[in-house]
Amino acid sequence: MIRFIIRRLLVSIPVLFGVVFIVFILARLVPGDPCVAALGERATPASCAAFNSRFGLDKAVIPGLFRENSALVFRLDQVPATLVDNQFTAYLASLARFDLGDSVSNRKPVTQLLLERLPTTVELTIYALIFAIVVGVSLGVISAYRRNSSADVGTMVFANLGVSIPVFVLGLVMAYVFAVILKGTIFALPPSGRLSPGFRFETIPEAWGVEGVTGPLRSILDFLSNMYTVNGVLTFQFDLLIDAGRHLILPAIALGTIPMAIIARITRSSLLEVLGRDYIRTAQAKGLRPRLVLVRHAMRNAMLPVVTIIGLSVAGLLSGAVLTETIFGLTGIGLTVFESITSRDYIVIQGMALLVGIIYVVVNLIVDISYGYLDPRVRVS
Amino acid sequence: MTNLQSDPLHALKAADVETRAGGPDAAVESRLGARKASVRRLLRQRSAVVGLIIIGGLFLVAIFADVIATHPPNLSMIGREEGARPRIPPCIHILGCPADQGQHLLGLDGNARDVFSRVVHGSRVSLVIGFATVSFAIIVGTLIGAVAGFLGNKTDGLLMRGMDVLLAFPALLLALVIVTVLGANLVNAMFAVAIVSIPIYARVTRSSVLSVREQDYVTAARALGDSSWNILRRRVMPNAITPLIVAATLGIGTAVLEVAALSFLSLAAQPPLAEWGTMIGNERNQIFTSPILILAPGVMLTLTVLAFNLLGDGLRDALDPRLSR
Repeated sequence: MIRFIIRRLLVSIPVLFGVVFIVFILARLVPGDPCVAALGERATPASCAAFNSRFGLDKAVIPGLFRENSALVFRLDQVPATLVDNQFTAYLASLARFDLGDSVSNRKPVTQLLLERLPTTVELTIYALIFAIVVGVSLGVISAYRRNSSADVGTMVFANLGVSIPVFVLGLVMAYVFAVILKGTIFALPPSGRLSPGFRFETIPEAWGVEGVTGPLRSILDFLSNMYTVNGVLTFQFDLLIDAGRHLILPAIALGTIPMAIIARITRSSLLEVLGRDYIRTAQAKGLRPRLVLVRHAMRNAMLPVVTIIGLSVAGLLSGAVLTETIFGLTGIGLTVFESITSRDYIVIQGMALLVGIIYVVVNLIVDISYGYLDPRVRVS
Repeated sequence: MTNLQSDPLHALKAADVETRAGGPDAAVESRLGARKASVRRLLRQRSAVVGLIIIGGLFLVAIFADVIATHPPNLSMIGREEGARPRIPPCIHILGCPADQGQHLLGLDGNARDVFSRVVHGSRVSLVIGFATVSFAIIVGTLIGAVAGFLGNKTDGLLMRGMDVLLAFPALLLALVIVTVLGANLVNAMFAVAIVSIPIYARVTRSSVLSVREQDYVTAARALGDSSWNILRRRVMPNAITPLIVAATLGIGTAVLEVAALSFLSLAAQPPLAEWGTMIGNERNQIFTSPILILAPGVMLTLTVLAFNLLGDGLRDALDPRLSR
């Protein structure tokens, strides 16, 4: 098992490096002079020269590759001289210091922006995933167990629709149904924002009376405070829990529908395959109750591919978060990416893309390892 | 085969198709007979037939868009029609709408353009987007996959690691970043979505190539002095066609969906082009007052994606006899 984990870790190193490199290169390919973008009207040749040397933009991008008058030029003879001293190595060095640069439009370090906005996305993703797993697995099991019944057909039609409906259409339609049509009923739900306007609440450090805490511990507490439902539970502010929860229902369903449909389909086909095996017939022939055969014998083996898909969905949810957060006005990573694209804040885009890429690689790594743990055959091959 | 680093939907499709790629047993049946049998199997799949019907309908709408549409798609009705103003609700004469008012089956949008005509013309845009994007991705992906599988060793490792890196980003996010770099317009968005889907086709082709590379009939062709290109074209690629067709059909749905998402964020199709994603994005704040402006293009978009997904699933089951039970 240890050897398997080490091998998987080694495989993901080049991929991770590739992710960093792609993000770096994409950010360098952006048209336009970064100096003009940052200084605006104050950009003179002299001030630009100072700006470029201050931020290391006069160095080679990668060994031998120079940016001259916003065109990229490759000089073979310069490769040895710029092998160590170039923008890419400088970028790697700043990454090692957890420095992602400063956001121009928000006037703060990108890492700080990340810490402020990540909790929203994490919270949204968790609830979307819970929805996807609970509904998806249940639908898949019902569908497989009652194969070819009307419940099966209905479920699969529903799953097919779920994969096909765009997140932004589903989100807007749900907002209309729950905020307009059902207005005034007990089913009414807020269509945007994280809390009702004017809602006041205490952060975790305030509620616990530990406002003096600083450093990493404080960052963790602030992070948890920003996940409002977690905050509500930890500090017994149940009105906060309810209000934040009500605001999360629609976005979580909108975001979770595609993975839900995928999980339902995988659960169905995997369970159908397992239910056809000999040992299931043996168990049935022994006279075991059908429910017991399903839960104890079939489900255990059928869940392997489902676990993989659940893991892969986590990363896929991050893409959907861009659309979901934009529609429902949630200030998370997704909305930040969208805002930075509109305001051309490339440093932020670069940081967010890197973060998502790394999360993606790490999640896939965990999925692979957990798969090896669940199914010994994977380890050997 | 490892599924490390992949977008779930993409990985699913790639893996699904990949495991079923290649195999010499199809050669047993005569080619014509096999094709007939495949068509018959396809028509037995209820979902595939539904998908085919919807796609057929979409093509008809796209081809005859000028005939079906009641108005030019980009024409504002203000000043041309009595009482025309932005976002008036649908007006259908036989349903009791006063005859002195202009007939608009789905009402007018924010620029007082006929929504029905725009939705009809949108089918053209979306079908072109789907087919063009996937064609580009298939050509590049097939080349990469074929070269990787045929040459093997270091070339293979290098190319496929490159594909892994591409798969290491959520598809939409990578497309978003590429569009930002290239500039926001429809062609760049299609290019970005195509790039993101290249690994799927590369993987499918590569695994087909690997599965037949060592077959006797390929060795025989080589012994007869056939060139590598001819072997690839005549002996290897026919085996890769089936999984590629399936991947492409599913890919069209994905491409339409992703380009529409980029358009919704106003990063792809630009006004006044009648593209469904753009139409939804432009009017998204009107969901509470004029929901039909979002529902009409939304339903069409969902139907299109659904149809290609259904057909793709059906094709996969029909073209692969080993799966039929």
